Parts: sequence; structure tokens; C-alpha cells
Amino acid sequence: MKDFLLVFRTDYSNTPNASPDEMQAMTKRWMDWMGGIAAQNKLTDRGNRLALSGKVARPGNIITDGPYSEIKESIGGYSIVKANSLDEAAELAKGCPILTIGGNVEVREINEM
Amino acid sequence: MKQTELIPHLFRTEYRKIVAVLYKLFGIEHIEIAEDIVSDTFLLASELWGLKGVPENPTARLYTVAKNKTKDYLKHHSIFTQKISKEIKYSGTTFHEIEIDLSTKNINDSQLAMIFAVCHPCNPAEAQIGLALNLLCSFSVVEIANAFFTNKEVIYKRLQRGKEKLRTEKIKIEQPGLSEINERLPVVLLTLYLLFNEGYYSSNQDISLRKDLCLEAMRLTYLLIENDYTNKPAVNALFSLMCFHSSRFEARINEDGGTILYEDQDTNLWDKELIEKGEYYLNLASKGDELSKYHLEAAIAYWHTHKEDTEQKWENILQLYNQLLQIEYSPIAALNRTFALAKANGKKDAIAEAEKLNLIDNHLYYALLGNLYTDIDNAKALQHYQKALSLTSSNSEKVTIGRNMEKVIPR
Repeated sequence: MKDFLLVFRTDYSNTPNASPDEMQAMTKRWMDWMGGIAAQNKLTDRGNRLALSGKVARPGNIITDGPYSEIKESIGGYSIVKANSLDEAAELAKGCPILTIGGNVEVREINEM
Repeated sequence: MKQTELIPHLFRTEYRKIVAVLYKLFGIEHIEIAEDIVSDTFLLASELWGLKGVPENPTARLYTVAKNKTKDYLKHHSIFTQKISKEIKYSGTTFHEIEIDLSTKNINDSQLAMIFAVCHPCNPAEAQIGLALNLLCSFSVVEIANAFFTNKEVIYKRLQRGKEKLRTEKIKIEQPGLSEINERLPVVLLTLYLLFNEGYYSSNQDISLRKDLCLEAMRLTYLLIENDYTNKPAVNALFSLMCFHSSRFEARINEDGGTILYEDQDTNLWDKELIEKGEYYLNLASKGDELSKYHLEAAIAYWHTHKEDTEQKWENILQLYNQLLQIEYSPIAALNRTFALAKANGKKDAIAEAEKLNLIDNHLYYALLGNLYTDIDNAKALQHYQKALSLTSSNSEKVTIGRNMEKVIPR
């Protein structure tokens, strides 16, 4: 089994404000999805969420507000799963709740240094 | 209490207390000497009391006899006193000054020190459990063999190897330090948890033996609660879990020792007092920021003390299993989580998730699939139940599966 990084992206600027009930329902969907991966013994690290704002260091001693002004999508969080292949890891990503709000999941194999 | 019952009773309650103090005094190198002295004490008491009648305070008399016998032993074994008493370094005194302290505090401290010595990771878990039963609970080799479904030669060897390992590793029987407690408590708790499970989930027909295993595990866990240094949230959580589970002990076993399933249990047989105790210790366990698997399992067991199916109950159980699996995967937790998913989110979701588990060697996996497909696709349910039957050799499991099968067999 190899480890794969799942990166959750969506356009957070475009997400409508959710009611407390909707937020709770969303949290449940995330918990159930993670629990489902853990139940297959394929969760290496549930990972974390990232704060929405950030900064980017660029060449020439320049710091800009980030992450990227040219695309609206930003990284909202990440998890690490284990699978036998990239296809299998991508299969796990299919149920991710971020897909229901127009986001996507990037799946990348982790090559240990 | 009649005299014929008194000695066996005292043997059960007092032997392990006195011997723990002597184990600690003599060290792991000489545990047999400690055992001989305490056995002699009981032998002498039963002879003497048979002739002269039982003294007014038999426990105090026993302690006095044990103290004298220990002092005699130290006095008369010159080799021991010259060479080995130097090794009685835990007390830091010469044998003339040795006070054999059989106060409640020292008994508890000695037992605690023994728990940490016995549950040392230098031995595999099954040896730790065997040693705990033998040295801390004074179970005989035969009793342990019965509990483990094996013969006494296997257990005898296991115990000898375990003791030898403790000696070669020079494991000390002493009050563990603070950093040691933090480092070693997880192994100690795991051993006590497995000891409890040995009694609770065993298919052994000897119900009183199973109950004894559970009670001993609870007694030892409670010793950790009574000590300020080991009274940690995870210990309270484990004790709470044991209370919740054992509250159903009477209700879940029929007269033949078979298991009565949760949904068929008579709630009147649930022990309310133990449920309240479980709640009390679960509350204590929630002080602090530690969330161990015992916390999650105790919380799941708490919800199972509510018999009615409510949305809140199953949603909570599902989320607790979601968290538990993230801390530690086990096939049984994965199956239970999927059952909770069916109750909380519906069978359709649960079937999709169950198919992904792929636990194809596990009869419980097929029993779960059989349950999920019941009333959705009874032909499939039947196939899964048949597969489950072919994978188990346990008679009580077969009876349970057979009963569930009747619901899906076409008439």
C-alpha cells in the first residue's frame, strides 16, 4: 500500500452562506466519508483544514497576499489515504463532500524522500 | 460464615494482597519464595483454626502469621540473608529492620507496582494476561488454561517463560515514576482491557469463570483509579466501559452459556447500578483533553444502555465509530460502524459501504450483509447468511445466524 495526498479545492468566495443546519449536515457528510475510508483501513491521516487567507513568498523578496489572485479556487484542506494504486485512491476520493459544492479533489501519490 | 467456607473465602480475598506485598519485598527474582510463604501461612491457619477454632479477627491473624513466617524465613536462610537480602534494595534496610507492612495502603501500592511489572511490554499480550491472572488474581494454572481454552502445559510454559523474561529483563516491582506511568499506562490498560474481553466475549460455557475474569479486570482497573498518579482520564474511561458492559452480563447469557443478542435482551436484567457507575466514571473521564479509544468505546456502550432506537442514539453511535476507526482500525469496529450507518443513514448507504469493506474471511461480515439485504433482496441475504455459516465453527454463532436466516427463507 502506498500513501496518497488528497487535496480539497473549491471556490470558497462563491459558496453561499450556509445555515447552521446545513453546516451541521455538511460536517456529518465529512465525518461519514472519513469514517468510511477509515472503516476500509485506508486512512493514514485525516489531515487538516486550511485557513482561507494566506500569503505567498515570491522571488525577489516579495510577499503577496495569496494564494493566487488569478484563480478563484483555493485549497481548503487535505487528507492522506493509503491505496494500492492511483486509481484506487481516486476511487476513495469519489465520495468526498467537497464535490457536492462544486469543488474537486486532487489525488497525488506521495513519494517518500 | 461457616469455618469450612472461611478459609477458601480468605484465600480468595487475602492471598493476593499478602503475596503482592511479599513480591514487592523480595523482588521478581524470588516470587516463588513469596508464594511459598503465603501458602504456608494459609496451611498453618487452617490446621490451627481447625483444632482451636477461628480467632476473633481472622484476617489480622493471617497477617500476623504471614509477617512472622516472613521474618522466620529471613532469619533461617542464612544464604538468603547474606547474599540475597542485599538485593532487597527496594526497602533499603537490612533484614533486621524489615517491617512487613500489611496496611491497606501498602497492599494497594504493592498491587499497583505488580500491575506495572506484570504488564511490561517485554512480554507478549497473552503472557501479560496470564501473568496478571496468576500473580495478581491468584488464578491457578488450571483455571487460566480453562479461561484460554487450552491445556495446563501450555499455560504453565507461558507463565514460566513470562516470569523468566521479567527476571532477565530485571523488571523491578516498584511504584512507577510519573514519566514511566505516562509511557507504560497504555500497555497496562490494553492488558486489562483484553483481560476483561477474555471474560466478556469468550464462548466458554463456564459462566462463573467468565464473570470472575471481568471482575478481576475491574478490580485491577479500580486500583489504578484509587492511586492519584494513575488516576488518568483513560483509566476512568476504561472502567466506565467495563461498568457499562458488565451491566448487561446477566442479560446477554442464557442458561447454556450462549449469547443472547442485544435486541432480544430483557432490559429488566440490566444492572442499573452498574450503568450509573459507568455514567459517573465516564463523566470523570471527560475531564482533561485526552480522547482515548476507551472514551469512544465507553460512549458507544453508554448509548447502548438506551434500548429504544432513536435517531439521536444511532447518529451518535455512528459518529463515535467514525472517530474510533480513525484512532484505531479493527474489523469488528468497521462492521459495527456499518451497522450503525444502516440505522442512521439507511440500508442503501450501508450496503454500498459494506461492499467496500471486503472482509471476505470474516463470518460476521457476511452476517452483516445478510442483515442489510434482509427485506431488500432476500435471495441475496440468504446467500450471505449461508456464506457466514460456512465460515464459522462456533455453535452459538451458527444458532444466531440460523435464526436470522429464517426471516429470509421463502415460504
